[in-house]
Amino acid sequence: MSNTIVPFGPQHPVLPEPIHLDLELDDERVVQALPSIGYVHRGLELLAERHDFTEMAQVAERICGICSFIHSQGYCQGIEQLLGIEAPPRAAYLRTVWAELSRIQSHLLWLGLAADAFGFESLFMQSWRIREAIVDIIEETTGGRVIFGTCKVGGIRKDLDADTVQRVRQRLRDIETGYDELATIFRRDPTVKQRTVGVGLLSGEDAYALGAVGPVIRASGIVRDTRKLGYAAYGELDWEPIVEQAGDCYARCEVRLREISQSFDLIAQCLDRLPSGEIEVSAKGKRPKGEAMFRLEQPRGEVCYYMQANGQKNLERFRVRTPTFANIAPLVHMLKGSELADVPVIVLTIDPCVSCNER
Amino acid sequence: MSWFPISTLVTRNAMQRPATRLYPFEQRTPYARTRGHVAFAIDNCDFCTVCAVKCPTRAIVASKKDRTWAIDHSLCILCENCIEGCREGCITLSDKPWPPMLAKDVLGFRQAFESPAV
Repeated sequence: MSNTIVPFGPQHPVLPEPIHLDLELDDERVVQALPSIGYVHRGLELLAERHDFTEMAQVAERICGICSFIHSQGYCQGIEQLLGIEAPPRAAYLRTVWAELSRIQSHLLWLGLAADAFGFESLFMQSWRIREAIVDIIEETTGGRVIFGTCKVGGIRKDLDADTVQRVRQRLRDIETGYDELATIFRRDPTVKQRTVGVGLLSGEDAYALGAVGPVIRASGIVRDTRKLGYAAYGELDWEPIVEQAGDCYARCEVRLREISQSFDLIAQCLDRLPSGEIEVSAKGKRPKGEAMFRLEQPRGEVCYYMQANGQKNLERFRVRTPTFANIAPLVHMLKGSELADVPVIVLTIDPCVSCNER
Repeated sequence: MSWFPISTLVTRNAMQRPATRLYPFEQRTPYARTRGHVAFAIDNCDFCTVCAVKCPTRAIVASKKDRTWAIDHSLCILCENCIEGCREGCITLSDKPWPPMLAKDVLGFRQAFESPAV
């Protein structure tokens, strides 16, 4: 009997964004999965060739709606490398605070979506309820819920006063208490375990060979966290990358759960050590020239920015390699041999961010 | 007792008031920094058109000759470039979100050519 081909996506209840997979099935088991992407391409990289390099920071922020701040941070730090300037320490610390806040909200959003994929509606609501409190802090400190708009070439646009810092710390402590309770449910509830333990196995060697990034590779026992390069303030903070050994969907969930707790800790450290002083250095009159490559860690993994400039006010070439793109090959590998009913959960555990991926 | 944590949480949530608001009737007070909409006061404007040049979406159209200034709130992305660029301080950020627009509309301002006699 010949194999059946079942189309998965581009519109599917577990997918917030369109990605298509052709699943070749032998009975209920996946033999092969063929991904196809390109449904939400917007041509944002080409805009870099037309816009002023300082304005482009705002376009870079709009690459994705979840990791928005980290995109603008990566773009700005890449341009700062080209210009030979460095953001002041206070700006570096505040960038770290906002990057970690956006990591927490992204992981909480993912936890909610994952719970929804298992059919655990009340856990989904609870995750998003906690996420809302984080988004409120983001709005209070930057003015926007999704698009922060605080990063610019040479530093940041908005400062935090001592009062706000104190208030944010207090509120984060309260949110962390609520979050710990949520994490306990994820760790102990049988529904979560039944759907994730032993599902979508990816061994350490395969993850390494296929070039997985972020929580996917860290859940397979390989320590690879771009934050260890020490960009922004990460070099001065005390932390270790989070690693799990199992390599299944549960391990990927556990990595994200522990990363949220770690992010709370990193923010507290940053706010404790927040240096005083300037928040930006002027980039006026400077023009980028040469090539630069910048890597940083998004909630979903490592993202690379390549820029090339020839002394004009706009870049000659801008290229982004996003984590979802790197994680598609491991995903296809994980899907081989899995049950059809587990496919949505496996697809979700790489945390696909398709609008990042297609820019 | 693996189901115990979620049952405690669900029971507590059932006893409490809902976490959500009845939106149109009950509205949240915006934060001081909330980007609501771009507000404009024409009194001090000298129509230098810096704001219109800096606007990435061309939501602002200003004319020195006609002494007019107009904004399309459906195009505005609240990037605050115009506010940073305004020398006279007549463009400000309001924390009230612009109400939903039922039709495309451009909000225009025009300054009188002759100031009224005092």
